[in-house]
Amino acid sequence: MEQVFQQVINGLSLGSIYALIALGYTMVYGIIKLINFAHGDVYMVGAFVGYFSMSTFKLGFVESLLIAMMICTMLGVLIERVAYRPLRNSSRIAVLITAIGVSLLLEYTMMYFVGAGVRSYPPLPGFLNGSFTVGGVVIKNMQLVIIGVSVTLMILLQFIVRKTKVGRAMRAVSQDAEAARLMGINVDNTISLTFALGSALAGAAGVLVGVYYNSINPLMGLMPGLKAFVAAVFGGIGLIPGALIGAYMVGLLETGVVATGYSMFRDGVVFAVLIIILIVKPTGLLGKNIKEKV
Amino acid sequence: MLEIRDLNVHYGGIHALKGISLTVEAGEIVTLIGANGAGKSTTLSTISGLKKPTSGQVLVEGEDITTMRAQARVKMGLCQVPEGRRVFAEMTVLENLELGGYHRRPRERTADFDLVYDRFPVLASRRRQLAGTLSGGEQQMLAIGRAMMAHPRILLLDEPSMGLAPLLVQEIFDIIQSINEAGTTILLVEQNAHKALQIADRAYVMETGKIVASGPSAELSATDEIKRAYLGG
Ligand SMILES: Nc1ncnc2c1ncn2[C@@H]1O[C@H](COP(=O)(O)OP(=O)(O)OP(=O)(O)O)[C@@H](O)[C@H]1O
Ligand SMILES: [Mg+2]
Repeated sequence: MEQVFQQVINGLSLGSIYALIALGYTMVYGIIKLINFAHGDVYMVGAFVGYFSMSTFKLGFVESLLIAMMICTMLGVLIERVAYRPLRNSSRIAVLITAIGVSLLLEYTMMYFVGAGVRSYPPLPGFLNGSFTVGGVVIKNMQLVIIGVSVTLMILLQFIVRKTKVGRAMRAVSQDAEAARLMGINVDNTISLTFALGSALAGAAGVLVGVYYNSINPLMGLMPGLKAFVAAVFGGIGLIPGALIGAYMVGLLETGVVATGYSMFRDGVVFAVLIIILIVKPTGLLGKNIKEKV
Repeated sequence: MLEIRDLNVHYGGIHALKGISLTVEAGEIVTLIGANGAGKSTTLSTISGLKKPTSGQVLVEGEDITTMRAQARVKMGLCQVPEGRRVFAEMTVLENLELGGYHRRPRERTADFDLVYDRFPVLASRRRQLAGTLSGGEQQMLAIGRAMMAHPRILLLDEPSMGLAPLLVQEIFDIIQSINEAGTTILLVEQNAHKALQIADRAYVMETGKIVASGPSAELSATDEIKRAYLGG
């Protein structure tokens, strides 16, 4: 039983990270129907920004988190502006290939500057390194920080999307961009905002992973990016609650598989479950059957 | 108030509008009728800025707005209710209306809500319902209500009676007339030529990208050609 709770805690931490990344995938897909393959690399950049902020500039965790989110926001907006916007009227496959190109560009540009090797985050101040035990379950303070920061950001995002004027504009554009233009909504700015929000969350995920797993490298965005994408598809791509459910499912599943001793199969199981879900319900857990547009 | 001059519009290789000119004076209801594929929706979309013309001009009160972006045109009082309603299906009625008044200040909007709910009481009682779950007639009312939230000076309506039961068609036409009487200029695209000619001051008839006839509604309704082609007699 303790073992189960232990894995749940670990799974929730991992799931939170996936959720932060998956939200960016799903929001961008929701608004321009693009699988933004460069998104995992924005997360990687966030991890490196946090690293330099803490090691070179000796800034604290919170400051580093905020700086990484800011820089990733700018990066996300820049990527959309330079790489995707000129292709707004091109075929989807053209944009997809561009996204893969942007992904490679980010990875190898980073490698050029910092090398391909693994770097470790500087040790954290006492409190963040600590842990405590509740009924035999070891909870690291850092896990609570990860879950806390993630949930706070998700609530903030939900608030923006559900309650604010720009959030309403985002949802309008994702449902019917042309009708949104007829409302006087600036569709380009709304798309930029979507990239900004998604990238900020990815940047936060990068720093959290850096402090938690302590090792970062320029290709670190690949696997978590893929898994977060899987999580988004699990839940129903384009749907924010779907991405959250999917991400926590992937997180729990993965830690569960590792705990049973089959850690070699952790990725395999995740993808196998994805395939099964897509066979049973092609639109994902929360996805509705595709509606016909008039 | 609204004038288009020698407008040409292409979709790739398709020449959809072939030199269209028309005018709408302040306070008028003008209707644009014609067969499927004649280019009526394209004309409205070019006026609202969704579609860029290859040549020609769109003017509002003498000001050339041909290159103005769609969102700026909404701010200057040009508002299109698109064909097929296009309400935001997964948002509530209230949110749809709020989006209609997107460029208005929150303080101005309260009065607009009252106006819309006054004209469409059914929307008031359904304000928390998702727009996609409304009936076709209610969706059309929402689409018109949403446009009213923008405070248009010129309202472009694209087939508002499409797919509605006869009783509802009459109601929609009454509403259009009362919006006009309250001071909004209207350009109305309709398949239901009979009803459209009844409420319109003037009419234009389109065929394959060209305007083939125009004049006061009463005069046009009386010509044999129009009777035969559009009024089923
Ligand atoms: N997005 C598009 N891409 C390519 N061709 C288009 C597009 N929209 C319209 N057309 C073409 O332009 C022409 C005019 O179309 P439009 O929709 O303006 O006609 P309409 O008069 O509104 O017809 P309806 O009464 O059926 O609504 C048609 O030949 C149509 O096939
Ligand atoms: Mg049409």
